[in-house]
Amino acid sequence: MATLREVKQRINSTKSTSKITSAMHLVSSSKMSRAERNAKKYVPYMAKIQEVVAAIAQGTSNASHPMLVERPVKKSAYLIIASDRGLAGAYNTNVIRTALNGMEKRGQKKEDVVIFAIGRTVADFFKKTGYTVVDAEIGLPDQPAFADIKAIARKAVGMFTDGTYDEIYMCYSHFVSAISSELVEKKLLPITDIAPATSTASYEFEPSGDEILEVLLPQYAESLVYGALLDAKASEHAARMTAMKNATDNAKELIDDLTVLYNRARQAAITQEITEIVGGAAALE
Amino acid sequence: MKTTVVNIVTPDGPVYDSEVSMVSVRTTGGEMGILPGHIPTVAPLEVGVVRLKKDKTTDFVAVSGGFVEIRGDKVSILSPSAEPADSIDLARAKEALQRAEKRLAAKQDKNTDFKRAEAALKRAMNRINVKEGNI
Repeated sequence: MATLREVKQRINSTKSTSKITSAMHLVSSSKMSRAERNAKKYVPYMAKIQEVVAAIAQGTSNASHPMLVERPVKKSAYLIIASDRGLAGAYNTNVIRTALNGMEKRGQKKEDVVIFAIGRTVADFFKKTGYTVVDAEIGLPDQPAFADIKAIARKAVGMFTDGTYDEIYMCYSHFVSAISSELVEKKLLPITDIAPATSTASYEFEPSGDEILEVLLPQYAESLVYGALLDAKASEHAARMTAMKNATDNAKELIDDLTVLYNRARQAAITQEITEIVGGAAALE
Repeated sequence: MKTTVVNIVTPDGPVYDSEVSMVSVRTTGGEMGILPGHIPTVAPLEVGVVRLKKDKTTDFVAVSGGFVEIRGDKVSILSPSAEPADSIDLARAKEALQRAEKRLAAKQDKNTDFKRAEAALKRAMNRINVKEGNI
């Protein structure tokens, strides 16, 4: 049986760990609400750009822009968004597994795909397992600005345009609420699923529809990436919050169990001491 | 006087929202003035200034590309980044200008880097111009 001192030590160390986890829980929950606000702030921009893209794509019926046309797939790219750090439960693992499942489903081998990684865990995993990681964005702030990911988004879109690969998938965790998220695998390019325009406004294009698509589509794709990142960040903070909450709860449970153990050991020691004293006294008589 | 509602939206949130009597923007095809009642139009923008004329005053907003959408009585400008003249940080813009100049001066054989530095230079100069009112 564990000695009194050992049990006491374990109680103390568990207590200090739970202090840390509960602090991290609070930090994550405040970060999550900020990330959620950021994601909301972004909605008007996304909605507008989607509307205009839809209107133009419908207006110019001969939409033959390379970013709208599906071509035979020889090589694919995966843009995977997870976090830099762990301690977020299964968050990173789940996102990576979604990407791997997608590759398996399409029967792609390591040579058939290239990876764009956002987040250190993703970059490390795919480098270690022998995939080609074209670009990795590491150390993004908790509330990323558009400028932070412009470079990687532009590169991903640019390499699609110049034919390095024929499609891009985006894998990330979609924020549903503080306690639930949804793993998403979405085709970024070519753009095939433009929602039909809600408005029936027919536009004049200045100078021409094609030239506008030339400017607009890359911007659209980049903004999709940014939208996904904001979503993933909110989801990350939510995952971390839940993980830390669970850790704190577990610590509390462990402390309760250990306290029972401690009391029992203490009581046993006292009983033994009394027995010894009584025994000693009896021997003297 | 007839007015039109103008929104300038960036990925980091809305930047400008007001009723104005005339907007003028620099599109890739040249300067374009927009009065209330304009035909629905979409046009890509250059890095430049958006002039928003109200009754007596004129607001200036620096935009870095994007496009303008005109529909009915609403004008929306979507840009990767946009800053109203009074919130531009002149020191930061000048720093960016110097950085871009340095990068351009350094001999570089990679085409893309050159293009990016040039775009950065354009943006920085635009911001400084808007702030100092040389427009």
